[in-house]
Amino acid sequence: MRSNSDSYSHNRRDSASYPKSFVAGRWGAIVAGGALAAFGLSRRSGGGLALAIAGGGIALAGAKARPYLEPFSAHSSILVNCSREEAFQRWSKFEDFPRFMHHVESVTNLGDGRYRWVAVGPADTPVQWDAQVETIRENELIEWHTLPNSQITVNGRVEFTKEPDERGTSIHVSIEFAPPAGPLGYSVASLFGKDPSFLIRQDLRRFKALLEAGEVPTTEGQPHGPRSAAIAALRFVNPDRPPRKEPRLSENLESQRGIA
Amino acid sequence: MKAVCWLGIEKMSVETVPDPEIINPRDAIVRITSTAICGSDLHLYNGYVPTMEQGDIMGHEFMGEVVEVGPGVNKEKLKIGDRVVVPFTIACGNCFFCKHQLWSCCDNSNPNYWIAEKMMGYSPSGLFGYTHMMGGYAGGQAQFARVPFADVGPLKIPSGIPDDKVLFLSDIFPTGYFGALNCDIKPGDTVAIWGCGPVGQFAIRSAFMLGAERVIAIDRFRYRLQQAEQGGAETINYEEVDSVLGTLKEMTSNIGPDSCMDAVGMEAHGKGLTYLLDKAKQAVKVETDRPLVLRECIQACRKGGTVSVPGVYAGFDDMIPLGAFMNKGLTLKTGQTHMMRFMGDLFQRIQNDEIDPSFVISHRVPIDRAPEMYKIFRDKQDRCTKVVLDPWTNGHAA
Repeated sequence: MRSNSDSYSHNRRDSASYPKSFVAGRWGAIVAGGALAAFGLSRRSGGGLALAIAGGGIALAGAKARPYLEPFSAHSSILVNCSREEAFQRWSKFEDFPRFMHHVESVTNLGDGRYRWVAVGPADTPVQWDAQVETIRENELIEWHTLPNSQITVNGRVEFTKEPDERGTSIHVSIEFAPPAGPLGYSVASLFGKDPSFLIRQDLRRFKALLEAGEVPTTEGQPHGPRSAAIAALRFVNPDRPPRKEPRLSENLESQRGIA
Repeated sequence: MKAVCWLGIEKMSVETVPDPEIINPRDAIVRITSTAICGSDLHLYNGYVPTMEQGDIMGHEFMGEVVEVGPGVNKEKLKIGDRVVVPFTIACGNCFFCKHQLWSCCDNSNPNYWIAEKMMGYSPSGLFGYTHMMGGYAGGQAQFARVPFADVGPLKIPSGIPDDKVLFLSDIFPTGYFGALNCDIKPGDTVAIWGCGPVGQFAIRSAFMLGAERVIAIDRFRYRLQQAEQGGAETINYEEVDSVLGTLKEMTSNIGPDSCMDAVGMEAHGKGLTYLLDKAKQAVKVETDRPLVLRECIQACRKGGTVSVPGVYAGFDDMIPLGAFMNKGLTLKTGQTHMMRFMGDLFQRIQNDEIDPSFVISHRVPIDRAPEMYKIFRDKQDRCTKVVLDPWTNGHAA
């Protein structure tokens, strides 16, 4: 599956068969988002407008939400100012994925091209699966698929193409995702409830920043003046809100010294 | 530390907040010695640029001393104790855009790029103290600031040259210069510049540096027009003439200025029905900007000329005369300033005594007085042109 822009697709099913908890959450979002929007509009101020937009966004997301219980696939691509070799090298170290995949807690090498993935689920529930690297074409392609008996299925494919005129390397990522049936499936799937291609794109942006700039840009942890409850609410619905707290640089340095 | 915080529309407050820390390996912490209020900060003060959040630290024109550097900062480029001017755009130095000197379009410095993409298709670089759409970086109207990618942007300044002379290398001097450069000036050219605020003042002087024959400056405040005249410009007070277009035609033998510069941006003032209409639309948020000046620039520019826009626009604008733009074959050049292209060269000009940027300063006050100065600057009271804040002197209204 390849396309030029970010995309994802999955099969819809009759909304009558959605799980109850999903339906409740969805109506909660519509009602609460609507109320926030109405309140924001009544304020007649810039902050009120921001609230209204956020509220409207929550309500709209609620109305559009689908429980991703069916298999779906997502795709994204990005241009990185580095050689194909370097991009491939960095992507070959599966253990380093958590540096740019914010929902992935750890990837452990089990040998023979097998890796154990642990992701952060909702409410910090770990979700685990084992994957086998299926195809490696040096500097061109890596494909992996989930081994049987895993909690969920996440198959991935990443391709590297050289761009002309020293522009660097284009990286194309496709993920096929199949959550299991049942409550676990729903809770895992809600991780991607916002927009799976957005999460992949975020991961790719961070991968690019790591390669080009040596670090991922952030403003988390910088000082600010007093924030209002409305801003706290906005920050909570931010689709880019990190799923886990990043260790501070000072802590990172400590741990690096520990390893050395 | 003390910091000027945005608490809502027309609500600025000096708050005590935690000191910034190194967050990323290429960060540095700067102890700020001088910082300024920019005309573009007034758009935030007035609440016309979306994605400000209550508690955000303002300011993108600052300089000071490096007091801490992260482990990833290139020590040959920056070290503790260096005195630096910090450019308002944040750039990684190694993406496609940085490599092409398009520093204000850096691909890696805006963590909230996806918000900007929704409005603009693609995201420009992160900026200090200028909305979450532009990264949400804490600004420099404070006692300390965290400077990301510190080995790329900050320009080292030797001791012995006062802050006042070099502070404006952080934004308005390079921005005025970039505006003039975008006019594509050739010998004999006449450049018309709308807006005689600090950027307009630097644009006037830069236009002459770049070889303009004549500069015609347009504003409504006599004190600002006088300053433009001191820079060598002819002036038009638009409140005293029937039509700026007509006056420009007269002044240029009916050919029109070779290039026209909009150094005003999204909150232009003017006369007549279109101004009132823009004002009404902006008030109810169906139009983000009041593009009066941009419209006038397009109308006034000679055939085949260039329109340069250093003024800040935020979103979507109505009734831009694209018919005139297309049929006259105009070129439009704009952008946030690609700071690092110009800072070194302009610093040389300051050192060579070609220009002393401190001429724009009208007020020097302790940081505690920043909230009232926003109002004075916005309302052009007390002949206000440029406010420099001292972060370390205590003092409220005299």
